[in-house]
Amino acid sequence: MSQVFVITEHINGQFEDITFEMLGKGKEVASSTGGELVAVLMGSGQKDLASQLGVADKVIYADHAELANFNPEAHSKTAAAIVAANSPKLVIAASSSMGMEIAPAISVDCNMSMIAYVSNISADGQTLVSQLYGGKMNVESAVEGNGCVACVLPGAFSGDAGQGGGSPAVEDFTAPDLSGLKIKFKQLIAPDSSGVDITQQGILVSVGRGIQNADNLPMVEELAAKIGGAISCSRPIVDNKWLPKSRQVGKSGLKVKPKFYLALGISGAPEHIEGMKDAELIIAVNSDPNAPIFDYAHYGVVGDLFDIIPELTGKL
Amino acid sequence: MNIIVAIKQVPDLVEGLEIDSSGKDLDREWLKFKLNEFDDHALEEALVLKEETGATVTAIALNADGIDKILFTAAAKGADRIISVTGDFGDVVSSHEAASALASVISQLDHDIVMTGVQAVDDRDGQLAVLLAHHLKMPHVSVVTGVKVNGSSATITKEYGGGMVAEFEAELPVVLGIQAASQTPRYVPVAKVRQIMRSASIEEIAAGGDSAGAGSSVSRFFKPESGGGAQMIEGSAADQAGKIVELLKEKGIK
Ligand SMILES: Cc1cc2nc3c(=O)[nH]c(=O)nc-3n(C[C@H](O)[C@H](O)[C@H](O)COP(=O)(O)OP(=O)(O)OC[C@H]3O[C@@H](n4cnc5c(N)ncnc54)[C@H](O)[C@@H]3O)c2cc1C
Repeated sequence: MSQVFVITEHINGQFEDITFEMLGKGKEVASSTGGELVAVLMGSGQKDLASQLGVADKVIYADHAELANFNPEAHSKTAAAIVAANSPKLVIAASSSMGMEIAPAISVDCNMSMIAYVSNISADGQTLVSQLYGGKMNVESAVEGNGCVACVLPGAFSGDAGQGGGSPAVEDFTAPDLSGLKIKFKQLIAPDSSGVDITQQGILVSVGRGIQNADNLPMVEELAAKIGGAISCSRPIVDNKWLPKSRQVGKSGLKVKPKFYLALGISGAPEHIEGMKDAELIIAVNSDPNAPIFDYAHYGVVGDLFDIIPELTGKL
Repeated sequence: MNIIVAIKQVPDLVEGLEIDSSGKDLDREWLKFKLNEFDDHALEEALVLKEETGATVTAIALNADGIDKILFTAAAKGADRIISVTGDFGDVVSSHEAASALASVISQLDHDIVMTGVQAVDDRDGQLAVLLAHHLKMPHVSVVTGVKVNGSSATITKEYGGGMVAEFEAELPVVLGIQAASQTPRYVPVAKVRQIMRSASIEEIAAGGDSAGAGSSVSRFFKPESGGGAQMIEGSAADQAGKIVELLKEKGIK
C-alpha cells in the first residue's frame, strides 16, 4: 500500500486519544504493506503539534485562520484537498463528531469508498470490520477500486502504538480557497461542571432507556444511595431531560472508570461502551439476553430491572 | 422557508437479529422495521422550526416496503408534503446510493435547510447527512443538538465529546445531521395516522442521475463473540440480587 493517511484531531491545542489510536493502527498497515504513514494536521499557528506525531513518516500541515477551530466546512474542504493531491489507498479518520464531517466529504469529493464504525482493519488494509446494529452485528467489508476512508471507533485500537517515535518531516500544504465560507465558527462552550462529577465517583449506578420514564428514577436513586454511589445514565435519559447532561456516560458524555459500574436497562451501543468499558467491575442487568452490554460486562443478569432493583436495594 | 427532512426505516433492534443463508445480510424475513430514531429527532426539530417560523416541512424517503406508513406518520405529525423517491432499489440501499438518489430529487425542490438523522444503525458505508451535502454541494454541520433560525442564517450547536459543544453561524441553505431535537419527538396516535391517510397523499418522484455504489462489498456478517463476555448470574430476581451483593462484598466494594 503506497500511503496510509491519518486525519488527526485536536481541540483546545490537545490531540484527542483517538489520534494516537489511529496512528498506531495506521503504522501497522503501512509497515506490513511497505507503505508510508502520513499524518494530516490542520490548524492555525499550530505546526508545533506535529512534534507529537512522531510515529508518522511524514506530517502534512495545512495552516489557515479558518482552521483555528474546527469548522465542518473549512476542515472537510481542506482534508479533501490534501487527500486529492496525494491519492492514498487508505485514509483513517475518527468515528467522532469531527470525523463524521470529514470522512464522508473525502469519500464523495475524492471518489473513494467509505466504511463507518470500523473496529478492525486487516494488515493489508483491504478488509474492514465494522460494528453495526447498535453493536449487535459485525460486518466485514472488502474494499474495491479507488481506495477507502475508514472511520474507526474510539477505543478499538491501542493508543500506545501511536505514541512517541521520531521527528517526522513536516510538509506544508496550502489550504484551498476558504474565503466566503458559509459556516462560521462562533464559540466553544464547556460543559456545566457544577454538581456531581461522575468521573470522580467510585461507584456508578447507571440507567438507560429500560427505565421507561422519569417516574421510575427515584428507585434507582434509592439504590445508588444504598450502595454509596452516584447515578449516571445513557444518552436517551438526557435527551428526555430526565437527568442533566453531566450525568451522561459515553461518546458525547463523559468517560468514566469507576471501581463498579452497574448498567441497568442499557443496551450497550458502541457510543455508550466508549465511555465505560474500562470500569474495573461491570455488572449489567438487561431483559434482552443478546444485548451487546453483556459482551463488555464482567457479570450479567438477564432479567427485569423492575424486579432486580427492589431486591438489590432490600439486600444492601 | 422550506425544510426538507430525509427519513428512513431501520430494523428494530428489540427483535433478535439473525444472519441469512448467504451470510452477508440479516435474515429479513422476521425483521420488524421502525423509523430511524435520529431521523425522528430530525423531523421533530423541523416541526419545532415550523412552529417558530412558519416553515414548510417536507419529509422525503426512498421507496421501500412499509415506507408509506412512515411517511403518513410524518404527515400526521405535521409534515406539509410527503415524498417517496422511486427507483431501482434493492433490500439494502447503501448510504452512497441513498445520498445520490435523494440529492437528485432534493436539488429540484426549494430548500433552505435539509435535515436528516446524525446516523442510523445500518449505515455501513457512512452517515447520510454529509454524503448528501457533498452531492448537493452544500455546506453541512452534523451531530447537531440545536438550531435557531434568524432570517437567512441559523445558529447551530454541534456536540463534541465530554459534553463540549461548539456554536456555528450558518448562512442558509445548509444540510444538518441531527443528533437530538430540542424536545422529545412527538407521538401521534394511530387513529390520526389513519385519518391523514384518507386526506393526504404521497408524491412519487423518480430518482435521477447515476447512482453511486458503496465502493465496497460485504464479505460476511458475524455476531460479536460473547468471548470473555459476562459471566451470567442465574436464578430468581432475589437470587440474582443476592449474588450481586455477595460479589460486591467479595470485591471489597460493599
Ligand atoms: C454521535 C453520537 C453520540 C452519542 N453519544 C452517546 C453517549 O455519550 N452516551 C450514550 O449512552 N449514548 C450515546 N449515543 C446514543 C447511542 O447510539 C444509543 O442510542 C444509546 O446509547 C442507547 O441508550 P440505551 O442503551 O439507554 O437505550 P436502548 O438502546 O433503547 O436500550 C434499552 C435497553 O433496555 C433494555 N430493557 C428494556 N426494558 C427493560 C427492563 N424492564 N429490564 C431490563 N432491561 C430492560 C432493553 O433490552 C435494551 O437493551 C450517541 C449517538 C450518537 C449518534
